[in-house]
Amino acid sequence: MTGARLEFRGVACMRGGRLLFEGLGFALGAGEAALVTGPNGIGKSSLLRLAAGLLLPAAGIVERDGGIALADENTALDPQASLGDALAFWARLDGGIDRVAPALDAMGLARLASVPVRMLSTGQRKRATLARAIASGAPIWLLDEPGNGLDAESIGRLEAAMATHRAGGGLLLVASHQPLKLDGARTISLGAAR
Amino acid sequence: MKLLLLLVRRDVALAYRAGGALLPVAFFLLVATLFPFAVGPDAQLLARTGGGVVWIAALLAALLPIERLIEPDTRAGVLDQIAIRGVSDEAVAATRILSHWLSFGPPLMLATLPASALLNLDGATLWRLELGLAVGTPGLAALGVMIGAITAGLRGAGALAGLLLLPLAVPLIIFGAGSLGEFGGGGLKLLAASSLILVGMGPFAAGAAIRAGRE
Repeated sequence: MTGARLEFRGVACMRGGRLLFEGLGFALGAGEAALVTGPNGIGKSSLLRLAAGLLLPAAGIVERDGGIALADENTALDPQASLGDALAFWARLDGGIDRVAPALDAMGLARLASVPVRMLSTGQRKRATLARAIASGAPIWLLDEPGNGLDAESIGRLEAAMATHRAGGGLLLVASHQPLKLDGARTISLGAAR
Repeated sequence: MKLLLLLVRRDVALAYRAGGALLPVAFFLLVATLFPFAVGPDAQLLARTGGGVVWIAALLAALLPIERLIEPDTRAGVLDQIAIRGVSDEAVAATRILSHWLSFGPPLMLATLPASALLNLDGATLWRLELGLAVGTPGLAALGVMIGAITAGLRGAGALAGLLLLPLAVPLIIFGAGSLGEFGGGGLKLLAASSLILVGMGPFAAGAAIRAGRE
């Protein structure tokens, strides 16, 4: 996963005819992290969707090298399937079925692998979403409010997983209004960009 | 390619596991059962009109699962996750058409056997009917996925889907029923042509609709 890169150059984002931000530029390389901050509705989630290529910028260029893992408010896990099977579906798409068990471990979900996704609590669901991102093996992680609904222990697991990811050459773009321990992360403040 | 096969496998498994694949078939047989009650047990009349009834029943049965084809996956973020893995929306739509057809085309053709008995169809008509369904149901599947993608996330999507799909299915019905007549070969070719057009444009129309739905 060497050489992961994510770069925004003069990016503007329009949603529903409203300009959310413009002239946004930053570059992240392997092992680097950025925390996107700003009030609700300022366009943090849109920024992550731009980075994922799910939205097209109204102006500017988004460049990325390396696969992407997006963990937003959607679990994208089959509610009827067991947690293990639901994660295995994505891991199989990503060609890394052996990464499921370590990902479950990392988020403290190993005991819940046989529980159907629909039975999970809000916090467990969030951890399952993060486990899906961890199991993807993609170098670029885009995490939208990863700490939402997590207890203190799970926040610790999340921070550990993020540190491991960066140590392995991955890069992180995190939108959060919660303080998260991200050593040496730069801050992209959307409120101030206007 | 392996990725697309995995997607098809998932969709087909989902359709069959939820019992969803049985629902259109049960509905189809119910329509075929009700028709003789409505027009009376005149064997000649049933034999003459039965083929057309099977086509109408097939069309209505194809309409049933439309709301479940795209909408649950856009809402749960599944299509987003597939997209960031570099699969184009058109390819996703194509896999959906294939898996939708697999979950309702062959079961419908099987159910046509008891239906033809209920409607007093002779062997030759049954054969032409099965041939027509084999050719026409892929077109119906493509139409279903297109409409499902266009109406995904709208309020009252089910009713709207019906309003959109039924007029667009008119060519399939005309040529499908037309292929049952004495000189059905021409009807079958035109049925194949209209089905091919729908299958050809399906991935692009549905893919564009999925993309537009992301905004």
